[in-house]
Amino acid sequence: MKTHQLPVDLTDEQIEEFGRELDAIRDEIFDSRGEQDRAYILKVIKTQRSLALAARVVIYAALFFIPAWGHPLAVWPVMLTLLGLGTFMLGIAKILENMEIAHNVLHAQWDWMKDPEIQSNTWEWDTMSPSDRWMHSHNVVHHTWTNVLEKDLDVGYGIMRVTSMQKWKPAYLLQPVYFILLMLLFEEGVALHEQAIDDHLKGKNKFADFKPLMKRIGYKIWRQVAKDYIAWPLAAALVAIPISFFVPFSPLAVFGIVAGANAVANLIRNIWAFVIIFCGHFPAGAHNFTLEQVEGETRARWYLRQLLGSCNIEGGKLFHVLSGNLSHQIEHHLFPDMCSNRYKEASPRVRALADRYGLPYNSASLFRQFGTTWLKNIRLAFPGGGEPYEGKPSQATSP
Amino acid sequence: MRQDNRELPGSSHSIWSRLSGITDYFAWPLRTSHYLELVNPLWTTHKLQARVEKVWDETRDARTITLRPGLNWRGHRAGQHVRVGIPANGKHYTRTYTISSPPERDDHCFTITVKAIDKGTISHHIVRNIKVGDYLPIGLPQGDFYLPDAQPVQPLFITAGSGITPAFSMVSSLIAQGRLPDTCHLHYSPHEFDVVLGKALKALDAEHPRYQLHLLYTREGADQHFSEAQLEALCPDWKSRDVYACGPPSLLEALEACFEQAGCSRNLHIERFRAPFTEIPADAVGGKVRFAQSGVDTEGDSETPLLKVAEEAGMNPPHGCRMGICHTCNTTLVSGCVRDLRTGEVLNEAGSIVQTCICAAAGDCELDL
Repeated sequence: MKTHQLPVDLTDEQIEEFGRELDAIRDEIFDSRGEQDRAYILKVIKTQRSLALAARVVIYAALFFIPAWGHPLAVWPVMLTLLGLGTFMLGIAKILENMEIAHNVLHAQWDWMKDPEIQSNTWEWDTMSPSDRWMHSHNVVHHTWTNVLEKDLDVGYGIMRVTSMQKWKPAYLLQPVYFILLMLLFEEGVALHEQAIDDHLKGKNKFADFKPLMKRIGYKIWRQVAKDYIAWPLAAALVAIPISFFVPFSPLAVFGIVAGANAVANLIRNIWAFVIIFCGHFPAGAHNFTLEQVEGETRARWYLRQLLGSCNIEGGKLFHVLSGNLSHQIEHHLFPDMCSNRYKEASPRVRALADRYGLPYNSASLFRQFGTTWLKNIRLAFPGGGEPYEGKPSQATSP
Repeated sequence: MRQDNRELPGSSHSIWSRLSGITDYFAWPLRTSHYLELVNPLWTTHKLQARVEKVWDETRDARTITLRPGLNWRGHRAGQHVRVGIPANGKHYTRTYTISSPPERDDHCFTITVKAIDKGTISHHIVRNIKVGDYLPIGLPQGDFYLPDAQPVQPLFITAGSGITPAFSMVSSLIAQGRLPDTCHLHYSPHEFDVVLGKALKALDAEHPRYQLHLLYTREGADQHFSEAQLEALCPDWKSRDVYACGPPSLLEALEACFEQAGCSRNLHIERFRAPFTEIPADAVGGKVRFAQSGVDTEGDSETPLLKVAEEAGMNPPHGCRMGICHTCNTTLVSGCVRDLRTGEVLNEAGSIVQTCICAAAGDCELDL
């Protein structure tokens, strides 16, 4: 019998059976969690902290190769190479922290260890969004209502048209610009990604209604700014003041160099996070859903919706780690609290299961996934861009 | 790691705390201590850890572990216990062990003596797998089972099995201070070969005439279990002594009954450890549910999620997806048993994390809500 309105040729019973098979995969992997998983996350955390510290030291070290020092190695190429290296290391450290560590810890993927240091409800991360606010907008809103129009705020983030199901309006003409801006200011965008702010822009509530919320976000932003753009540069500048009596170089410029390096590191992280995250649900072939379609949804149908709405990116081991294993977006959406190092093991099994049920499994290279995301963004800036929703299975298959 | 703005008890405005208040701006959202940990885990202030310095097998199933605590450690009193976090199979378990060494040790280390008990996964793990160089999170010393400082007492220790540890610490401490009074000690053990700390005890007995040790073997021939007659024979003046007892519940019950009858319960000091596990009820059909923080008592059946139980009792606990994926509803199990409705897995260890939206009562339970 078929009572559901999902774009697949499966009966209700088949969908339930599909759900049970996914449950079995989940249970099997959850049951086998153990010492090697703990060792993995502890290793990643230690690596990340060491890398972050080393990066700051390398950035500081670069300052000793400014030509004004006058020693043989004090030339711009050496200085800029070191500065570039430190900045790159800091960018990678921030990527690791945000994506492979914090995102996954905040998903409660590591709560099972009961390690009081690595718990979703106490972890704070290196970005402007306070972790508990993000957990609400992400874990609750996005992961429960994935790709459902008017429910999932991540469908276009309130500023973009990412599916032809969204009604076009003239403001969307500017979305290729928003696309670039959001890429560059992703950290700030995530911090302000709140239902309350979205409602406020639509005139649904007063500022006073969410002032405490803004205070919390403001405090987090202040501490982030204080770290990267005040504390680290200021310490360098303070040391540079006495040195400037002997070495003709302005402490202000020292401040600028360190702050600039930190800004570039944040930018590297912003761009990378944006690219990976936009490949999660926006490439060609990813499905969106109406509220009607998810009415009275069972767990198995929820699974099916996650599969139809998410896209994987193919790549090597290092790529998966740096993407926080969001390259396994499908598995992550099916099992959001499975520890991230196990997704690669679930992936072939989920794929085989999807094949057996004749379901699409949207997995492709980063080039294809991000390319179609970008092209779709440009196309959907204009009216049209595909039938609103046909309900055909073919619509869900990846080209 | 989220910042807590309240002043924590014991936090002081020392130079160090002022300095780390500034360096924390560099370390945000972590603390300076998280980076110090990379250099030496014993320097942390965000948690207290200890390094395993030595492992010593006492018997075939008991092991003494020497721990070097981090800088934030404070000294203990002989007889006190300490919480130790032990990673086993990827999970972190907290267990409480009595410190078996006297506080007078001069190398800033302390020891715990652990006996592998039947069904005790963690004690087995400690006895088999902990190695020198491991770092274990620890708590501060706790407990009020210790000898009074000022008033002279004539102690009688009655211990069994690994219950020897606080007594051993107390006796060693008295000796180290050079004020060992006339002391009598009854220790029960199944066999001679599995007396925990047996060699050290016998050495003390031989060396110190004022320390009288009676080792009683309960599974070697004659019945040597505790009885009043036995006590009378081994320590005739037991009614006038201060008694410190530690051992299995059966021994402690027998002692309580005996002292109650003799009218000298006041002299009896008992140390007992609460079992961290609740027995899983065979026919788990729900039970009494208590929400500790709200002070709400209600009933929950085996099928209704605890979140719903709480809501029906008029509460509004945090929740999100209602399907077990977002972890907004996570809370802690204070005691009792709950069952995960998805997998059927039963959680019965105090301190377990419970997702109220997909867990139901399995027998009585108490949640930190």
